Amino acid sequence: MSKKKDVMAQKPAQDKATTVLHEIMSGDPVRIALSVLLGFIIGGVFMVVFDKNVIKAFEEFGVDPNYALSTVWWTVQDGYGALFSGSIINFGADNFTAAIRPFTETLRFAAPLIMAGLGVALTFRVGLFNIGATGQMMVGLAGATFVSTRLQMPIIIHMLAAVFAAVVCAMIWGMIVGVLKARTGAHEVIVTIMMNYVALSLFTYLLRQPNLLLEENGGGTPKSDNPDGTARLGLLFGPDFQVHYGLIFAILSVVLYWWLMEKSTFGFRFRMVGHNPSAARAAGIKVETTFIWALAISAGFSGLAAANQGLSVDGGLTTSIEAGIGFDAITVALLGGSRAGGVVMAGMLFGAFKAGSATMQVAGVSPEVLGVVKALIVLFIAAPPIIRAFYRLPVPSPKVFESAQKAKAAKVIK
Amino acid sequence: MKNVEVTPGMFSSAETKPSLKTPITLVVAAFVVLVFFGFLGKAGDISFVWSDKREAIQLPPFVVNSMLFCTFVGAVLLLIGLLSIALSLRGRRTPVWLIAIYSLGAMMALLGWLATEATQGVQMIFILGNTLVLAIPLIFGGMAGIMSERVGVVNIAIEGQLLTGAFVSAVLGTMTGNLYIGMIAAMIASGLLSMVLASLAIKYLVEQIIIGVLLNVLVIGVTNFLYSAWVDDDSINRNFPGTFEKLPIPLLSEIPVLGQVLFNNRITVYLMFILVPLLWYVLFRTKLGLRARAVGEHPLAADTVGINVGRTRFWWVTIGGMVAGLGGASLTLGNVGSFGREMSAGLGFIALAVVILGRWQPIYVTLGALLFGFTIILKVWANQVSPGIPVDFITMVPYLVTLVAVAGFAGRVKPPAASGQPYVKG
Repeated sequence: MSKKKDVMAQKPAQDKATTVLHEIMSGDPVRIALSVLLGFIIGGVFMVVFDKNVIKAFEEFGVDPNYALSTVWWTVQDGYGALFSGSIINFGADNFTAAIRPFTETLRFAAPLIMAGLGVALTFRVGLFNIGATGQMMVGLAGATFVSTRLQMPIIIHMLAAVFAAVVCAMIWGMIVGVLKARTGAHEVIVTIMMNYVALSLFTYLLRQPNLLLEENGGGTPKSDNPDGTARLGLLFGPDFQVHYGLIFAILSVVLYWWLMEKSTFGFRFRMVGHNPSAARAAGIKVETTFIWALAISAGFSGLAAANQGLSVDGGLTTSIEAGIGFDAITVALLGGSRAGGVVMAGMLFGAFKAGSATMQVAGVSPEVLGVVKALIVLFIAAPPIIRAFYRLPVPSPKVFESAQKAKAAKVIK
Repeated sequence: MKNVEVTPGMFSSAETKPSLKTPITLVVAAFVVLVFFGFLGKAGDISFVWSDKREAIQLPPFVVNSMLFCTFVGAVLLLIGLLSIALSLRGRRTPVWLIAIYSLGAMMALLGWLATEATQGVQMIFILGNTLVLAIPLIFGGMAGIMSERVGVVNIAIEGQLLTGAFVSAVLGTMTGNLYIGMIAAMIASGLLSMVLASLAIKYLVEQIIIGVLLNVLVIGVTNFLYSAWVDDDSINRNFPGTFEKLPIPLLSEIPVLGQVLFNNRITVYLMFILVPLLWYVLFRTKLGLRARAVGEHPLAADTVGINVGRTRFWWVTIGGMVAGLGGASLTLGNVGSFGREMSAGLGFIALAVVILGRWQPIYVTLGALLFGFTIILKVWANQVSPGIPVDFITMVPYLVTLVAVAGFAGRVKPPAASGQPYVKG
């Protein structure tokens, strides 16, 4: 120990500076920022290359090269400008309410992504890969819809009961995965994928049943009524904004997740199992039981996302209300590094993408490009080698990297 | 952490004891058929129609009372179930062909029960033919899954590879005017996508499942964008490939029923007929396959005897991706005739399930894919024949079967030991 200290002390100052720089450049914040930047740049390239105006302008490149190049610039500016004004602040608006409305839309779209994202993140921390948020949401939606359309209760209590039903139904669905994993060793990825399909069929079936979820006077289409007025998630800032109480649930779940994972003994066990299940078992933790609880609680967060969707719907509820949130949750959790704060940021980013889609469409830029940007950003963050190669970033202190490789290899050998 | 065990041979029978779970499941299912479709079934007649009107040799439709037929089938299924119990008690396994016959019987009973008193009867050629055609992308996807998991790389990106293949084949097939160029381009594009997966997973040790999921998201994003921003503007010149022509094989296609179903198809189906046995042969009868399996079962041992683990994995995953690309092409050029948004619609994930259901063995995987193909067409057909039947439960069946299989209920599903684990020379 002391010898090591000596070596460190003898290092020249300049070397120390490069080490610090090295660490910053190889660290996470820089890498994430660069990943986001590169994602947007490549998205911009996609936008330009397949834009009608740009293609036309470049056909006459010889005549007017300046025009062609400025078209490129304007296309990108229009596209990302529309994204900004549709998701953060609309400077062109007449009044303050209309100007900040886009940001509240971002919050509205972010809320379910954050809740479901926290669920997936929790399983990541336990070393599980839960693709089942979609199915858990479906089952949660079934519970929430039943309580909100078929039962009569006083205001607020009805809403809370519906949310509770969504959470419980989803937790049961998640627990099944946990039990299968714990008892039979079945891989959770395949189990959750299958459970998603089963949940979809089950939910569709329930939506068809006149005495369960089917809308009044409904026919063959699986569709339910709107939730009762007493069960609806009310608007948070009055009728000018669409954002509703789902946001409060999102904030509460972030706090709950943070406390659970960082402060509680429960979370400590989760993280321990995620880090090294063998060591956790040796330390007396029941790994299998931990898996079951982790998957159940994770599904509970998805259930909250389901309640957010199901209790704010207008025009009846179909299976499409899930809106791909269960799958997006995986990318949110990955982008957020499975931490509460990270998931919030990631959920906000993807929420902004959803909120800005409409204005991009109006601006004449296909909002689908955001799907590419989203995928690229998360891919770059999950696969550091790509981003390092692109920006020629240093590898984080080689010894750490090497030992990580060795550790992985050791798993194989063992 | 899963320890790597050395498994003797491939799924060798010495590995695990046959359990009674499979036979019991068979018996229970047989009882369901016997009681619900048979004793408590419908009273009317079923007519099984065996021939199209166009065919040279016309077979008369087979008309039978529904209760009688289902009771008979149920009894046969019960017998098979009891035979299976007897085999298990003597320490022997139920052979796969027996389970295949069992499934076939159960399907016939289900079809008959659904179509009791339906005017058009059970159109066997329509159902069987579509089962095959709809299963083709699944089979190719499954082969891709086998090829990567056998060498120890989990390929969740099959979905993305199918979608890539579907998109590239439709667009390039239309733009060049030659569907074969489209098909080959689809294979190359999916192969390239696989190379990304392979190099990140093998060289850079990024978690394989994460990379797979993200590649899917990326492909969905890119194809959605290109479709809405570019292809859809001029779909006549960019997304209107049509399908390959049907190539009836002389003589064989004249066989009643089977000829129409098997030998009057598009090239994508015939490629499947070649590829599946070929992959089986290569995997289990050649040195190449032995090496591949060794890499997937025990990379350290394989490395010790001089097999280049990384390279083996890389090429098997890449070629697997090309096969999945072919599956994508068979979705557009072999069936639908144009590309649609997210048209793979989860087939890649079903392919993953099929790989497990078929125990990483090409021929069993093909059978599993046919089961899924059957449920896809059954859903469509059941709606026409007797509207109001809850098809949702029928749709669920293959997923439940897969769940049962993965959960080890069927007793002996065992993946290649090193599947999903990176290997670093120590």
